[in-house]
Amino acid sequence: MNFRLDEDQQQLQNGIGRILGTDRVQPRLRAVMNGKASWDEETWRELIDFGLTALIVPEEYEGMGLSLIELAICSEELGRSAAAVPFLGHSLATIAIIEGGSDEQKARLLPKLASGEVIATVAISDGNDMWDPKDWAMAPSGSTISGRKRNVPHGEIAELIVVALAGGKLGIVEKAKGGVSAETFEVVDLTRPICTLVFDNAEVEVLEKGPEAATRMWDAAHALMAADAFGGCWRLLDMTNEYVKVREAFGAKLAEFQGVKHQMANLVHEVEPTRGLYWYAAYCYAKVPESASHAVSLAKAQTAEVYLETTRLCTELHGGIGFTWEYDSHIWLKRSMFNLVWGGRPQRLFLRAADLAGF
Amino acid sequence: MDLSYSQENEEFRAKLQEFLKENWPLPESFGDLEARKDEFRRRATDAGYMARAIPRKYGGSEQPADFLKGEIIREELKKHGAPTEKVNSGTGRVIPVLLQWGTEEQKDFWIPPTLTGEFGWSQGYSEPNAGSDLASLRTRGELVGDKWIINGQKIWSSGAHRHRYMVALVRTEPEDVAPRHQGISYFLLDLHQPGIEIRPIKQITGEPEFNEVFFTNVEAPVDAVIGGRGNGWNVSRMLLRYERAAFAGINWADLMIKRVIKTATETIRDGKPAIQEPAVRADIARLQARTMGMRYSAYRDMSMEAAGEPSGVYTMTQKLYMTTFSHAVDRITRDLVADDLMMMTPGENGNGSKGNFKWTDASFQSLKIAIAGGSSNIQRNIIGERALGLPKDGVGVNARAKEAGQ
Repeated sequence: MNFRLDEDQQQLQNGIGRILGTDRVQPRLRAVMNGKASWDEETWRELIDFGLTALIVPEEYEGMGLSLIELAICSEELGRSAAAVPFLGHSLATIAIIEGGSDEQKARLLPKLASGEVIATVAISDGNDMWDPKDWAMAPSGSTISGRKRNVPHGEIAELIVVALAGGKLGIVEKAKGGVSAETFEVVDLTRPICTLVFDNAEVEVLEKGPEAATRMWDAAHALMAADAFGGCWRLLDMTNEYVKVREAFGAKLAEFQGVKHQMANLVHEVEPTRGLYWYAAYCYAKVPESASHAVSLAKAQTAEVYLETTRLCTELHGGIGFTWEYDSHIWLKRSMFNLVWGGRPQRLFLRAADLAGF
Repeated sequence: MDLSYSQENEEFRAKLQEFLKENWPLPESFGDLEARKDEFRRRATDAGYMARAIPRKYGGSEQPADFLKGEIIREELKKHGAPTEKVNSGTGRVIPVLLQWGTEEQKDFWIPPTLTGEFGWSQGYSEPNAGSDLASLRTRGELVGDKWIINGQKIWSSGAHRHRYMVALVRTEPEDVAPRHQGISYFLLDLHQPGIEIRPIKQITGEPEFNEVFFTNVEAPVDAVIGGRGNGWNVSRMLLRYERAAFAGINWADLMIKRVIKTATETIRDGKPAIQEPAVRADIARLQARTMGMRYSAYRDMSMEAAGEPSGVYTMTQKLYMTTFSHAVDRITRDLVADDLMMMTPGENGNGSKGNFKWTDASFQSLKIAIAGGSSNIQRNIIGERALGLPKDGVGVNARAKEAGQ
């Protein structure tokens, strides 16, 4: 019995942390922020070489056979770096196929996702606030689907799309086969751009397993986003900590004002205990599946609220510079707004947890 | 990461269950309930289930630190309805301090009777002008011949009217010793002697739980100082990271959630139980997210400690997080009990209400949690200064120290 990262997990965290080092990722992030690139392909390639896309794929399908615990650790580092890569959609599509595919489907699809040869994503919500598998409405007509799916992360660049279908079913659509177009919008979080995918008689292949796989995919989303939020919180706390130690006002460093110190301390005391929360959520997902839905719902909802609170106050602590495009803090502010609602807003997830807790 | 119970742990549990079946309840031939409980605790200690961190020679069971076994013991004692380990300021504070700082003679003398509860303890840290700022203590001890002579005043000493002994911080070195906190020593004092005057202070709850204690030429032997002269600051700030300390708070928090759920279930509003209201349900789930975070962050902390790895800032956040939790419980329950918040005791039958479930008292207690043991703003300073490396405040003594170039 222990609840710590073992040596392999520590190496994994350090390894991905090196790839995602600020000096390396920040200029690429800036290119995305300034419209010179739509996403960070260079970092994504490096992450693929590192094994990120293969990490959770079982070994028989050319993956590394690790668990959501390891993937969540990576998600924490991705949240810290805010790298503009299609990790979220790709990971969830991979998990959907692992959980829902037949042996034949897994053998055919997973190696391509593990190798990063194909970028995948998930198209879940049919309308505002419709993330719960119970809310999924799109129904196939024969072997095709038509209609709109909203808030698809990196939907423009993804080639393979896992589509949420009525009754908690999951379908696979390959863009190359036609009938799929993307409607783009001016989005808040440029590191994880969402779009609407419009399906017009697009050919769909339904995954063998139904609602259980859908719930597993949705739960994985919560655990990964909780980890992402935790990493993002600490990045912005560190950034703000550095800033208040150099910025002066009234002849003193901001850090010398107790008001500033106490605001930062309040944030730390809310943020740090969510590490155990997200770890436990990922742990349940991997090892105690019967407790997973409850734990991941609490973890996602709690971290999402703390993340937003942290990024808002950190932005405020920066003063005017925090409100500029040039300074980086708004990247995490916007990611926290994404995390708050993508996959389900906190109140709904707290209510889901309450139902599952049986009170 | 592995939270499952190992084969060894399951065997430990089975043995414990057997022990419990044989030893509780005890027949009345062992005396009244308290006597039977004491006998059970003695047996449980012999068997290695209690006083686990304390060596055998001082009356403990000297078991290697294992927080999972600690959890199993708590679970099984509770399931079986058996007496639990005594937790008080003696076992929680005095014994750990003695184990780390005491001489062999001091440990021999103080630990066994403290463990059995024969010696009860109050705390003499705060003074009228030194609450959170312990470096300003004025109570003085002077070595005259082979005795300490102590003069001064302590305040907020919980239980000083009930317990014979007190742990006290006393200034023993000259005032000009810098920094000021290096002049303080950690004393174990006997309050049953001339020169001690105890005046109870009524709390906002109406209970006289704490006291003012006046010292006029009070005597103490030379070896009443623990950890050496002038070292009281370090001794009193020792971090308590024993298995019980971390989880007692979390288990209490889980118990509070159960009580909130019960109250929300029994509170009828708009013709239906309040527990059916989404806002109430979500708020209770929020409490659960907090205890889940605390529990598994504590597991992580303990696991890393056992592996010799630094676990970072979590322990610094624990007290403030528990305070935040208590305030959150109060926010939910004061709305549930509604008018009964105006009553100190559960409501009268004639009031047509199920009463306030003691939530009024819990509301006061949440403030005590915020204030006692290092108030919330002190906790914020600790987090800000130690976790984030932010500077100390630039006012008062800190400003003067800065000017003096210290």
